[in-house]
Amino acid sequence: MSQPRTEFIQGFQATLPFLFGVLPFGMISGVAAFEIGLSPSLAMGMSLIMFAGTAQLATVQLINVAAPVLVIILTALVINLRFLMYSASIAPHLQHLSVKWKGLIAYLLTDQAYAVSIAYFQPQNQHQHWFLLGAEIAIALTWHIGTALGIFLGAKIPSNLSFDFIIPLAFMTLVFPAIKDRPTAIAALCAGFTALITINLPFNLGLIIAALVGIIVGLFFEANQ
Amino acid sequence: MTHTYLWLIVIIIGILTFALRFSFIFLLGKIQLPLLMQRALRLVPATVIPALIFPAFFYQNDTLKVSLGNERLLAGIFAALIAWRTQNALLTIVFGMIALWILQAINLKD
Repeated sequence: MSQPRTEFIQGFQATLPFLFGVLPFGMISGVAAFEIGLSPSLAMGMSLIMFAGTAQLATVQLINVAAPVLVIILTALVINLRFLMYSASIAPHLQHLSVKWKGLIAYLLTDQAYAVSIAYFQPQNQHQHWFLLGAEIAIALTWHIGTALGIFLGAKIPSNLSFDFIIPLAFMTLVFPAIKDRPTAIAALCAGFTALITINLPFNLGLIIAALVGIIVGLFFEANQ
Repeated sequence: MTHTYLWLIVIIIGILTFALRFSFIFLLGKIQLPLLMQRALRLVPATVIPALIFPAFFYQNDTLKVSLGNERLLAGIFAALIAWRTQNALLTIVFGMIALWILQAINLKD
């Protein structure tokens, strides 16, 4: 019988490998906002309010080139469309929770917390939302501490040690549990290779299209086993 | 652009992003999803993660580089083997980064 506390701790621990990548990424986001002249409170506010690294970086770049307001908002929105997918995918496991719980979990939802949790969730575990919360809190704390550090240290962070490579490496371990049979394997490969082709599409649409292609192919192979 | 406008932009993006995150979590239970959609959603982790990370391995400085000169690709393949065999994220990261640094050092010598 699982306990909320153990679930929370396990969720927290499950994200530990990711934190090595999240911290520098948070610092980069903080530095980027600071370097284009945003006030420290706005730079910190971006992390607290948007809480989405890729969108934050894109927003900073667009603000820097004085892009139209609508373009900035739309770009961030499309980049974050994947959260719609995560929401739909994880919602069945959270149905029984109160609105407050759902709101909190939704606010803190990230790629990593979603990925470790969806790999962990199983039908009969009644406290597993604590696992998700643990994962989310770990990521959130690291992200905000990273942002603050980035703002505080200014531009003094060495960026030449390829630490950004840690992020795709950490995600790699989550791919293999998700591949359960031939259709999912084919879907994964299709999505990955499509992403290589669609990389130059505007608004990071490439990600959504790649995932959709993978899903459609996966559904086809599932139906034709 | 004044600072007030920037705050407004950030807040609007924040609210919309929260709406995306909250959408299905809030609506599910109130809405019954068609079976096809449920099957599609089960494929989300297997497709989104590769879509997120493939470019990191196959691209160098915004150019597609499928060759032995692409250290990230080689390190990535090595890391994929480790990930597949050990299912251990920390080992994958440590060995992947070490492989990357070694390959980069080798390439620098040429």
